[in-house]
Amino acid sequence: MENEVKNQSDLQSIFDANRKKRRRKNNLIAVSFLSPWLLGFFGFVLGPMLYSLYLSFTSYSMLTAPSWVGLDNYIRIFTNDNLFWLSLRVTLLFVVVATPLRLAFALTVAIIMNTGHKGSGFYTLIYYVPSIIGGSVAIAVIWRQIWGRDGALNEILGWFGFEANYNWFSHPDFAIWVLIFLIVWQFGSPMVIFLAGLRQIPQELYEAASVDGANKIHKFFKITMPLITPVLFFNLIFQMINSFMTFTQAFLVTEGGPINRTLFYALYLYREAFTNFRMGYASALAWILLIVIGTCTWLVFKSSKKWVYYESEGGK
Amino acid sequence: MDERKTLRQIIIYHTFVGGLGFVMLYPILWMFASSLKPEHEIFLNAASLIPSEFRWENYAIGWEGFGRYGFDLFFRNSLFVTTLAVIGALFCSTVVAFAFARLQFKFQSVLFACLLATVMLPMQVTLIPQYILFHNLGWVNTFLPLIVPTFIGGSPFFIFLMVQFIRGIPRELDEAAIIDGCSWYGVFWYVILPLTKPALVTVMIFQFMWTWDDFLSPLIYLQNANLYTVALGLRGFSDPDNLTAWGPLIAMSSLSLLPQFVLFLFCQKYLVKGIATTGIK
Repeated sequence: MENEVKNQSDLQSIFDANRKKRRRKNNLIAVSFLSPWLLGFFGFVLGPMLYSLYLSFTSYSMLTAPSWVGLDNYIRIFTNDNLFWLSLRVTLLFVVVATPLRLAFALTVAIIMNTGHKGSGFYTLIYYVPSIIGGSVAIAVIWRQIWGRDGALNEILGWFGFEANYNWFSHPDFAIWVLIFLIVWQFGSPMVIFLAGLRQIPQELYEAASVDGANKIHKFFKITMPLITPVLFFNLIFQMINSFMTFTQAFLVTEGGPINRTLFYALYLYREAFTNFRMGYASALAWILLIVIGTCTWLVFKSSKKWVYYESEGGK
Repeated sequence: MDERKTLRQIIIYHTFVGGLGFVMLYPILWMFASSLKPEHEIFLNAASLIPSEFRWENYAIGWEGFGRYGFDLFFRNSLFVTTLAVIGALFCSTVVAFAFARLQFKFQSVLFACLLATVMLPMQVTLIPQYILFHNLGWVNTFLPLIVPTFIGGSPFFIFLMVQFIRGIPRELDEAAIIDGCSWYGVFWYVILPLTKPALVTVMIFQFMWTWDDFLSPLIYLQNANLYTVALGLRGFSDPDNLTAWGPLIAMSSLSLLPQFVLFLFCQKYLVKGIATTGIK
């Protein structure tokens, strides 16, 4: 009897040992699959982020070792850096105008595409083309041509009797609009996402509404809009973060000018880091950008409870 | 919606939608047209989409590039970087996603949360420390900073996309393989990998488009004109100091977009499906 119990506990411990061994083996297998990402995450993302946090409290030109300056960078940014405030203002204006415009276009066109006409697949492809190439140097070159003094836009405006003989991208009031147009022009990618969302709305809902005598406008506001809000939410978050990081087109089309009217935050950060080699100062700018983007994202998340419809919760 | 469309509705639809399509494509059509225009016509008849005569030599002149650097060099560089970046993205996204989707391991949910967090992380935050790191490794003025990150999860979104895709593959398949004595490596190689083809194509297309277009990383890491990618070469070419004529510049702009157009035409089915299901870009 006693022997048996002993055997049982032996067996148990062998089981435990086996399970532990198996688990350890599984962990090892997982690590082998994960290793590229683990290396990247710790070595190229998390480590550098912490290092950049440290740098933001230093003065560092890459020629000599970083020297600790405490909060000096942050104090100077907030109290004595006009370009910081200017670039923040420009960027926020851009985000607040370009993101909703782009999404409004995307949603409107997606709804039109979804009306069941023939050829919508072809048109979807056409609308998508600018999204593929919109960030390229080539388009920046073209954009400068089209919006230039002797460009196509001014000529077309001339046909309608508007005489504009200036470079749009060097006009202090219009330069930012040249870039906003460039972003809105690329409404194709959010449009395709909206379209996929629209196609997932069950047809029965519309049929049931028709039976109940709802007209098109009712159906749109009571069915389409609520059911598309999760997609809208997703698009809003991603487009907003992307707009905050706008760099290439501002760098190439307007070069931040005229008189810094299109000095986007990412552009200012680039100049501080890679033209002036003030790595410490630029790191502080980067962390402020992260906090600004984080706050805006958090606000959108927070507000989403009020306007995003989740079916599983039975409405609001 | 099976409501019959009246002829009037159809005409209004196609006029509006087609008109908008024309406006959308106008800058691109303009580019191709102007790349063939004689120099003076680019500004004189600026809006026109039909060149009065076709100047194909714009392409030949542009191809010579500037200084000693021709566009053949830039295209070779771009092709090299892009190919390796695509391989990196395919390798990393499948291997890592397999672990997250199929294996059980310690800290799994924490690590997955980290992955999701990096999807949304603005690149500006890591830009400077990564530059310093690559600088200290002696990688500035090599292609390594553009290539190596793709092998170690530089685009976490692709991993996420793959995780979602692999989760959709029935688990019975790997269980059957395991019972037959297959290891997890075997399951990955023989069972899962062949089934991820549609997702692989999506990853390939997007990584290609992004790397080909990428401007900021080459701008920071490649100072030597020998190493310029097409994006940088085009920018160098458009520099007022190098620029002699507009025709060749616009010709080279058109040419720089050609690989993307070709890929788009051949893979548009995957591309549109890819964005629709994953919400890329």
